[in-house]
Amino acid sequence: MPASSMSRQELLLPVRPGFILVTLIIGLLINFLPWSGWALWVRPDFVALIVLYWCIEEPRKLGFFAAWCLGLLMDVSEGSLLGQHALAYCILVYIGIALHRRVQRFSMAPQVMHVILLLLFIDLVTLLVRTLGGAEFPGYTYFLGSFTGAALWPVLSHLLKLPQRPRPDPDRV
Amino acid sequence: MEHTPPPLFRTGSTPLARLMIFSMLSAVVLIADARFNHLQTLRQVVAVVVYPLQKLAAAPDAIGSRISDFFVTHSALRHDNQQLTERNLELSRSAQLTEALRKENIHLRGLLGARTRVAAPTMAAEIIYAARDPFSRKVMIDQGLQGGIEAGRPVIDHIGVIGQVTRVYPWLSEVTLITDKGHLVPVLNVRTGLRAVLSGTGDDGKLELRFIPLTADFLIGDQLVTSGIDGVYPPGLPVAEVTHVERNTEYLFASIACKPIAGVHAHAQVLVLGPLPVLPERPQDDAKDVPQKKRKRL
Repeated sequence: MPASSMSRQELLLPVRPGFILVTLIIGLLINFLPWSGWALWVRPDFVALIVLYWCIEEPRKLGFFAAWCLGLLMDVSEGSLLGQHALAYCILVYIGIALHRRVQRFSMAPQVMHVILLLLFIDLVTLLVRTLGGAEFPGYTYFLGSFTGAALWPVLSHLLKLPQRPRPDPDRV
Repeated sequence: MEHTPPPLFRTGSTPLARLMIFSMLSAVVLIADARFNHLQTLRQVVAVVVYPLQKLAAAPDAIGSRISDFFVTHSALRHDNQQLTERNLELSRSAQLTEALRKENIHLRGLLGARTRVAAPTMAAEIIYAARDPFSRKVMIDQGLQGGIEAGRPVIDHIGVIGQVTRVYPWLSEVTLITDKGHLVPVLNVRTGLRAVLSGTGDDGKLELRFIPLTADFLIGDQLVTSGIDGVYPPGLPVAEVTHVERNTEYLFASIACKPIAGVHAHAQVLVLGPLPVLPERPQDDAKDVPQKKRKRL
């Protein structure tokens, strides 16, 4: 592996569980905003992104049960089939946990490529479930959200790391 | 038992096992919801949990519109006022006409011994947001069980039918629009009196009439209103206008496309109609006109 695609390992403080909860609630709130028109198509699933982030960064903190419950919340609020998001998030958690050592070592660009593929994969799973349920293909714009989601990954990853960065020690000059 | 690991290394089931468990659970929930519609209570409970978050997320928009309401200019108000006055005059003229017709109708119906149609009570509601499921066409309105809404109530705006309440939560309800793929409305062609079933296509602004014989009399511009034979939509509400008729003799049926008349995706204020009076047994002569297959499948 070339050294350029490796990230510089940072030493971070352990994350507080309360902070994870807060970020998930913020993700839900952003998803619940009254999006409409083209924004609705471009909008990534923020909850999925945040769930994926925590699975990769802190694979022991966020379990399947939490992801499954979040999925049910999304299903009810979106009026979709009950269990559709729940299934997608569980798969996301599994792949996140399985790949976390690998993805953590990469620098930002390869990480984003991983995220695009993962989000597209759960889009496909959802599409499959809905097609089995008798829905019609909603058009290729359906996949746009995954790309914007992956594009937001660097920003998200920077923001979510901020509280874990150790404060500069005032005694050291 | 010397081979069991010490407690430090016990990590529970592996991620793969958990994935299996939760996927099975999701599959059970999916099937129960899609095929058997068993999980209404679970939906209600989750909806109550989600409600405060939804309210919070909708707050910036609500505050924004309140602020912009406050700064409406004088000229805009005067313009609105003038328009409304004109419309009011127009409507009052047609209301007088309708009043006369209604009286006449009551009289004639009385003569016929038919049951008078009772005007269904209505309830105003506001569309809060469009449900974000890309596979269906649904909106959420701000009235629910607390407001006495039940599943199956028709929803209209000031122009015509927009859909039907399909799920009711404590403070919200979900309205399936007439453009949703699985949604059917029994309609009547105003010009010819032909009955048909109008179905959504999942495409905004496009509806289609299915199973219409090639020889049936449908022209571009024909107005379709609800026929009322399903006991869901009261008769006579405008639904759609025919936009495209294609008669290809290779197929059994004509392909007829329509567009909804009501602002299915445009208006924020809607009316939820009250329950229709329970239909009495059909009069003998009426029953002959209504073939079984044209009744709405619900």
